[in-house]
Amino acid sequence: MKSQISSVFNECKKENRPALLTYTVAGDNSKKKSLEILKSISGYADILEIGFPHNAPTADGPQIQNSSYRALKKGIKLKDVFQIVKEYKKNKNAKPCILMGYYQMVYRYGEKKFIRKCKQAGVNGLIIVDLPWPENKAFARSCKKNSITFIQLLSPTTSKERMKKIIASSHDMIYYISMLSTTGGKLKVSPRKILENYNKIKKINKSKNLVIGFGITNKTIGALKKSDGLVVGSLLCKEIEKSLKKRQNPVIKLNKMVKELRKKIS
Amino acid sequence: MKIKKGIPLIDQHDKNGFYGGKFGGNYVAETLKKPIEDLEKLFKKSRNDKNFLKERDNLYENYVGRPTRFIKLQNLSNHLGGAQIYAKMVSDANGGAHKIYNAITHAMLCKRAKKKYICTDTGAGYNGKMFSMVAKKFSLGCKVFMGIRDIERQKPNCDAIRRNGAEIIPVTSGSKTLVDAVSECIRYWVSNCDKVHMGIGSLVGPNIFVKICGWSTAQISRELKVQLEEEFGEIPSKLKLINCVGGGSSAYGFWSEFIDYNKNQVELIGVEAGGPKNSKLHAAPLSKNSKIGVLHGAAAYCIQDSDGQINKTESISSGLDYPSVSPIHCFLKDTGRAKYTYATDEEALDAFKLVTELEDISPSLEPAHAFAIAKKISPKLNSSDVIIINSCGDSLKDKDIIKKRLGNYSR
Ligand SMILES: Cc1ncc(COP(=O)(O)O)c(C=O)c1O
Repeated sequence: MKSQISSVFNECKKENRPALLTYTVAGDNSKKKSLEILKSISGYADILEIGFPHNAPTADGPQIQNSSYRALKKGIKLKDVFQIVKEYKKNKNAKPCILMGYYQMVYRYGEKKFIRKCKQAGVNGLIIVDLPWPENKAFARSCKKNSITFIQLLSPTTSKERMKKIIASSHDMIYYISMLSTTGGKLKVSPRKILENYNKIKKINKSKNLVIGFGITNKTIGALKKSDGLVVGSLLCKEIEKSLKKRQNPVIKLNKMVKELRKKIS
Repeated sequence: MKIKKGIPLIDQHDKNGFYGGKFGGNYVAETLKKPIEDLEKLFKKSRNDKNFLKERDNLYENYVGRPTRFIKLQNLSNHLGGAQIYAKMVSDANGGAHKIYNAITHAMLCKRAKKKYICTDTGAGYNGKMFSMVAKKFSLGCKVFMGIRDIERQKPNCDAIRRNGAEIIPVTSGSKTLVDAVSECIRYWVSNCDKVHMGIGSLVGPNIFVKICGWSTAQISRELKVQLEEEFGEIPSKLKLINCVGGGSSAYGFWSEFIDYNKNQVELIGVEAGGPKNSKLHAAPLSKNSKIGVLHGAAAYCIQDSDGQINKTESISSGLDYPSVSPIHCFLKDTGRAKYTYATDEEALDAFKLVTELEDISPSLEPAHAFAIAKKISPKLNSSDVIIINSCGDSLKDKDIIKKRLGNYSR
C-alpha cells in the first residue's frame, strides 16, 4: 500500500508544485495552542513536521531552540506530543505528520515503545536528527515494519558514494539539508547551487521524494520551487515568538504566513 | 564486558565507536559525518607519523614543560596518618592544567588539516585558555564557547583567553554552563566545519574526540610511571590513584598506563562533583547511578529526567559541572576496573583549606574533590599504602569563589 506521504507528493506533482512542509514544535507555547496551529496551517501545508523538544539540541539554531525551550517550560512531555498528533489526526482532512527530534528522547523512551506510540497516534514519518546512516539501519527497519517512513538526511558534505548507499536504504522520502548550518541559518548558498545539488541527488534515484530544508523563508522559497518539497521551520518558530511578544494570536499569524508561502510555490 | 590487555583503552571500541558494546558511538547530524571521518583518518595517520610525534614531544619538552613534578605531601601524610600521600603536580604544566595536552594535539591536527580556525568549549576556562595559547602559538583564529555563568565565576581564565587574542562566545541558553557551551560549540561546527577545526575539551563527544583527548592526556601517566620507578624502584604494591572526574580527561590520562595492572595493586578512584551538601543537585552521574543517555554525540551515564531531558547540575567547580561523563569511564565502571565516588562542595573546600595550610601547593576546586577523598580514606590505611592525587589544576582561577566561601585567599 502506498504511504500517505507518497500520496501527498503525487498529488502535488499533479498540481505541478512542490509539497509544502511546515515545522513547528509540539507544545509551543502550550499544548492547546500548538494543536490549534497545526489545525490552522494544515489548510495550506501538505505535510506537517512536528518537533518533539529536547533541551540539548546540537543541530538547531536559536529560533527552534527557543521554540523548544518555550514548550519545555510549559512541561511538555513525549506523551503530550503523541497526544497532540492523535488529536490532530482526528480531523478528517488531517495531513501526514512527521515527528522530528533527537535520538536521546527515543533512546530514553525505548525504541520499540516509541515506534508503537507513533503508530498509535497516527505518525506517518520520523526524522531523527542525530541518528545518521548506517547507525540508523535497524531503527529504520523497525519503522518500516510499522508503516512509518524513516526519513534519511543528506547534506552538502555527504560524499556521492555515501549518498548512493543512503538512498538505497531510504524509504519514500529523503531530506536534503541545503547548506552547512544549524536550522534557521541565513541561506548562504544560492538557490541555483542548491538546486544543482538537488538534481545530482535526484539523478541517483528519481523515484524518491526529495525535500529541501534549512534556511528557507518566504523570500527564498519561490526560487526553489522546482523540487519535490520544501520545508519551512525556523521562520514559523520566529513568527510564534514575535506574536507572543506582541501579545498577538500566533494561530492567526501562522495561518497567514503559511498561506503566503503556499501561494509563492503554487 | 571486558577490558583487553596491551591495547590502549581508547582504542577498545567497535566499528561504530562503542566501548563495551554500549558506551560512546557517533550520534551526530549527517553534516558532521564527513568532517568526523576526515578527522579520524588524519588522527590515525598522525599518531603513527614520526614527524608528528617528534613535534609533539618537542612541544611537551619545551612548551608544556616535562615532566610535571611528583612530590610527597609529607605534612598531609603526617596529619592524616595512614597512607603515604603524593601528588602529581600536573598544574605545573604551562597554562596550569592538563588541558594543554589535548589542546596541543588539536592545534597540530588543525594545522595538518590546513584549517586556519579552531573552536572549543570550556567550563572552568582552562580548556579555553589552553586552546587560546596554542592558537596563538600556531597562528590560528580561535573561538571559545563558554556559558555566562562560568564566565562570571572563572574570570582569571577568561582574562587569559582574551589576552591571548581568542574570542569568548558567551552562551546564554539552558543552564548557561559547560553542557550548553559544548552544545553551542557543536552547533557552530555544524555550520562551519569546512573551515574550522573543532576540539572538545574533555574525554567526551563523538568517538574521535574521546580518542584524541585520551591519547593526549596519557602523557601524565607515562611520566608518572617513570617517576614511580625512580621513587620506589617499582610500582608500589598497594597504590591508589585518585582523580577528579568531570568529563574524565585528566583521570584517564592519569590512569591509562596502569589500567592493565591488577586492581588489588593499582586501585583507580574517580571523584565526581557531589554538589552542595544540602542540595539534590550534583554532577555525579557515575557515583549517583544515573541512567544511560545520549548527549553530545555519545551514549554514557547521564543526569536526566524520566522523559530524557538533561537535568540541571550544580557544583562549586565549573570544570566538574557536567551532566554526563566519558564513555571510557562508563566502561571502567561497568567492568569494575575503576571505582567512582563523589565529594560535596563543602568537602572540596575543606580539603582545599587543609592542603593549602599544610603544603606548599594550591590545587583548584576540581582536584580539591580528589583531595577530599584522600582525606577521608587515608586515616584508615597504613604506611605501606601509597595514595597519589592528580593535582591537575591551579587554584588561581577560583580565587573569587574561595575568597567568598572561606573568607580569604592567598597564593
Ligand atoms: C583543573 C581541572 N580539573 C578537572 C577538570 C575536569 O575535566 P576532566 O574530567 O576532563 O579532567 C577540569 C575541566 O575544566 C579542570 O579545569
